[in-house]
Amino acid sequence: MVSGLINENPIVYERKERRDVRTDSSNTNELSVDTIDQLEVFDHIRDIKDPEHPYSLEQLKVLTEDSVEVDDSKSHVRVTFTPTVEHCSMATIIGLCVRVKLMRSLPSRYKIDIRVAPGTHATEAAVNKQLNDKERVAAALENPNLVEMVDECLSPSFE
Amino acid sequence: MAALNNLTEHLESFVDVTRSPSHHADSLKAIASSLEKGVLSINQLVVEMDMYLTTTDDVIRARGILLLAEMLNHLKEKPLDTAVVQSLAGFFTAKLAEWKSVRGALTGCLALIKRKDVAGLVTATDAEAMAKAMIKSVQVQSLALHDRKICFELLECLLEQYPEAMINMGNLIVYATCEAIDGEKDPPCLMIAFHIVELLTQLFPSPSSSPLAAEASDLFDIISCYFPLHYTHTKGDEASIPREELSRRLSLAISSTPFFEPYAIPLLLEKLSSSLTVAKVDSLRCLNDCVVKYGVNRMKKHYKDLWPALKDALYSFTETDLSFGLESLTSPGFEMGEIHREAVDLLQRLVKQDISFLGLVVDDPRVNMISDTISRYSQFEDMPDTSKLEILVVSQILCVSARASVESCNKIFETFFFRLMNTLGIVEKVSSGDLVHNENSTASIKLYHGGLHLCIELLTASKDLIPSSEESSSTPWCSIVNRFSVSLIEAFTSVVQSSYDECSADAYLGVKGLLAMGMLCGGSSPVSKSEFEKILKTLTSIITAQRAKTVKWELALKALICMGSFIDRYSEREKAMSYMGVVVENLVSLACSSHCSLPYPMILEATSEVCSTRPQYVEKMVQGFEEAFCSSFSDFYVNGNSKPIENCSQLLECVTNKLLPRVTEIDGLEKFLVHFAISMWNQIESSVVFSYDVSGREFVEAAMKTMRQIVGVALVDSQNSIIQKAYNVISSSTLPAMESIPLTFAALEGLHRDLSTRDELILSLFASVIIGASPKASLPDVKSLIKLFMVSFLKGYIPAAQALGSIVNKLGISSDCSLEEACDIIFHQSFASGNNISSDDTDKTICGSETLLSKICLGFYGSVDLQTRAITGLAWIGKGLLMRGDGRVNEIALVLMECLKSSNSSGNALHPSAMKHAADAFLILMSDSEVCLNRKFHAVIRPLYKQRFFSITVPILESLIVNSQTPLSRTMLHVALAHVISNVPVTVILDNTKKLLPMILEGLSALSVDAVDKETLFSLLLVLSGTLTDIKGQQSVSDNAHKIIECLVKLTSYRHLMVVRETAIQCLATLLELPHGRIYPFRREVLQAVTKALDDPKRRVREEAIKCRQAWTSITSRS
Repeated sequence: MVSGLINENPIVYERKERRDVRTDSSNTNELSVDTIDQLEVFDHIRDIKDPEHPYSLEQLKVLTEDSVEVDDSKSHVRVTFTPTVEHCSMATIIGLCVRVKLMRSLPSRYKIDIRVAPGTHATEAAVNKQLNDKERVAAALENPNLVEMVDECLSPSFE
Repeated sequence: MAALNNLTEHLESFVDVTRSPSHHADSLKAIASSLEKGVLSINQLVVEMDMYLTTTDDVIRARGILLLAEMLNHLKEKPLDTAVVQSLAGFFTAKLAEWKSVRGALTGCLALIKRKDVAGLVTATDAEAMAKAMIKSVQVQSLALHDRKICFELLECLLEQYPEAMINMGNLIVYATCEAIDGEKDPPCLMIAFHIVELLTQLFPSPSSSPLAAEASDLFDIISCYFPLHYTHTKGDEASIPREELSRRLSLAISSTPFFEPYAIPLLLEKLSSSLTVAKVDSLRCLNDCVVKYGVNRMKKHYKDLWPALKDALYSFTETDLSFGLESLTSPGFEMGEIHREAVDLLQRLVKQDISFLGLVVDDPRVNMISDTISRYSQFEDMPDTSKLEILVVSQILCVSARASVESCNKIFETFFFRLMNTLGIVEKVSSGDLVHNENSTASIKLYHGGLHLCIELLTASKDLIPSSEESSSTPWCSIVNRFSVSLIEAFTSVVQSSYDECSADAYLGVKGLLAMGMLCGGSSPVSKSEFEKILKTLTSIITAQRAKTVKWELALKALICMGSFIDRYSEREKAMSYMGVVVENLVSLACSSHCSLPYPMILEATSEVCSTRPQYVEKMVQGFEEAFCSSFSDFYVNGNSKPIENCSQLLECVTNKLLPRVTEIDGLEKFLVHFAISMWNQIESSVVFSYDVSGREFVEAAMKTMRQIVGVALVDSQNSIIQKAYNVISSSTLPAMESIPLTFAALEGLHRDLSTRDELILSLFASVIIGASPKASLPDVKSLIKLFMVSFLKGYIPAAQALGSIVNKLGISSDCSLEEACDIIFHQSFASGNNISSDDTDKTICGSETLLSKICLGFYGSVDLQTRAITGLAWIGKGLLMRGDGRVNEIALVLMECLKSSNSSGNALHPSAMKHAADAFLILMSDSEVCLNRKFHAVIRPLYKQRFFSITVPILESLIVNSQTPLSRTMLHVALAHVISNVPVTVILDNTKKLLPMILEGLSALSVDAVDKETLFSLLLVLSGTLTDIKGQQSVSDNAHKIIECLVKLTSYRHLMVVRETAIQCLATLLELPHGRIYPFRREVLQAVTKALDDPKRRVREEAIKCRQAWTSITSRS
């Protein structure tokens, strides 16, 4: 078991500007529909805290706006995240956080795909399989320790 | 005796150290109050305390002495016997030697010294003895924090109050101060310590025979080690004294005496070269203080070292971009950092104090390099950052030096201005008289942006230094500028004119240059009248030549406004005349003629902005507007052109939006506006035909608005004259004929909107006049006016109904018609005078449902159209009465509610549209109107009128709702109730939550059926959300939780209004504050609804849904 942090000194990037929902022009028109788009999904997950550091996934560039693919008509969303280091054992936790957050934020009609960016992780296939296996995710969320950890990471994104 | 018994008790309690501090404070207070009341004298106290003051037990003795000292502290205002004070002073002085009771002794000494302006002061000898004893026996730095502070305070007071005694002590006091302060680290103590140093240096000002001269080095060493101040602990008590304040004190201490000069300046220069921002800023500030206090002679020898250090500080700023925006036209155009600002201050101070410092600046090689830097790049954007920095800093240095004094300004102009002109290729012209247009000379002009910037900054900086005309001798710099003024103006003009839209720098520099030249005002200004006019002409022509709003246009306009207000501020007669002649008249004449490439709204904007700089211009402008209005209006009705009527509307809008809000600022504006209003009436009077289309409709709206507001701001006398004029126009029209329309039901039935458009215009404007008039204005022939308005609102003219409401609201005793009579006419009398229209009923005694008007409302006679108009009219009349607190509004409310019943007195329900109008009438009654009956239009407003109406109508509406039979009537009653509830102040709702909540919830579900009521629904929902969060409503909210949640859940999918869904979800989240057990059962229901809302078409709703869902989920998972 490795003690200490996995990535001791991550590079911190700047946050991107946010969309101001209040002043959106579509607010005046009752009939217009704001489809769920890339930026909106990104807004849901950008503030998730890294399990190791007090920074958001956006600041660590684990997630970017382009890492989200949305198809509203087919109710499908795919998030591709990039762990900060190749052997990061936190990758599954991060993926689980993203999945839980999206499950709680998106309409139930959506199918959610989470995957590690190709070539950025040592055990890429295993991680991808684990994250997209419904039953393993459900089992993970039965574990009170894991749930507590996930909830802690998600708490800033609900503010 | 009882007092003395108590005394012993209190003494015991204070002396006992095992008791709590609050006990000690209580006994202190008790003894102090008996001393204050005179029950106990200080002598008696001392006698009583004898044992405590002399006992051999150190602890008790210390407490006893402290008690006595604290008592003296309380008695600072009370006169005491001199002998008592003397003996006490002796006592405390002696006790200073006992280290165990030193706290009490110090407190006592301080209390005695602090006595001011009362009988019983410490004598100078006693004070000196006290100081000596303190110096001898008290080791300040070995004491605790609080005691040290008292020591410093004591020393401070001694120095302040007994300066002679302290001077007598000579060296001793200086030594003692050094020793006391040395090593102190606590901010509150240091605050006092620095002040002590300042006081001390004031005691010994003379250079010879001063003990300070010898000790200056030591004393300075002790205080200089604090510079620059740095707090190591920012938490806790220390933070209570801000660093800024302490640093200010330290700076004052350092600069307090010239004796410090040999030590201070080198230290400060060294700290200035540090890389810490704080150190730099503090050093610059302190140097600024020192320069003032030490004097020119002592500072002179440091100039050589000071200048390079200062220059470095000036170059230290990082911002190198010059803004070419509109807002920086009157500011330097870049941000200054703290260091930079302080450095600039110091430079100005130095130059102001000693002109010889300027020699260093002028001879500096780096400053002299500027011409080369300038001539290297023509465009500002092309320059590398280093050159930009060079130019900005050098121009700043030169400007600040020039601004310092007239001499420095002369010197800067003599050395730099010629060189600058040379670089720019601007040639001097002999006089403005022989303007030889030498093509070669203009061609050789090389307009480098950097040079232009420097030139503009110099001109701007020197504008305050123009001598007034009394000092007849023209100053050298003025004559220099004078020689170049013609060419300079030409150069700037050519820069602006050559600029095109993409390059805002050209336009900016050109306009700013012209502005700088134009601002050189004053008695012996270097810019002559003709040159000034030329500047104005150029700027005006920029404004008039454009076709759309460009940067150049806005810059020129802003420059003109600046110059206008500048002229007004310095009351320059001649310049004002030129401004009037060139700018104002030109723009005003443009507003009058419609043949201009510039769009009309822009002409109006430019004119109104420029002219509001000075009352005279405003006068001119309003006259011009009047003329423009008249010519456009007559053009319209003669030729039937639609263009001029659009111009008219824009003109009126400009008057309403730009001029009217400033009526209190600009003297005499009210008079011009009233004149304007009257000439509007004149114009309408003389127009014979007036027919309009859509643009005409807009014109009528604009005219009504303007008229209303002008009357609203006018004085009563002016109002009277407008009313009189309007009345004359009315009388000469065909309108009075309407008064004689027989108001039989048959005749009313035949009414249509059959007025000619001209009459309609006159009627609407007249209604506006009445709406704006104050209660004090006198209305002619009120009775026939009321009849006129009655007929017209039944014909469907809403302004007439509003005017009628205003009349009944404001009718006073002074009028020829009392309120009684007015109401009589409205409610009882048949309108046609004398023409009795008694139809089937004869009973007209009460003003309730038996009157003609109410019969029309209730649909006994006439068409639905007539009925709805009557209902709306009745609502406005009711509003007028309600606001003045008249009881008749109750009957109107009853009539309106009668309209809403499912089966009224005639046995059948009203037409749905009439019911809708009746329900909306409650909105008219309760809401604040923008158009009439508000404070701006002098409405009579009784306090709490909304509450009164609320308490009258709500119970009735409630019972009607309970008894209503048809769904339509029920819905309409709910609409009416919602209008009443949502317009009453929220506190009223909170007081009645228990009763109202079921009604609100029922209303919400009734209103959610039809999309027409969505706005009403939303305002009702807002009322509900207000009750949820308030503590007063909590109980009833908790009781009704199931109903509230059910209702809100339904509203989360309300299709017609996004804000309703959003607010409903927010309310659901708020409900989580209720007790857990109360809401837990509903979680499934709520979560289901909110989860559905995650798929809402609107992003805002989805966002709220996510938050709400998370909040509700967490109550389930945590359990």
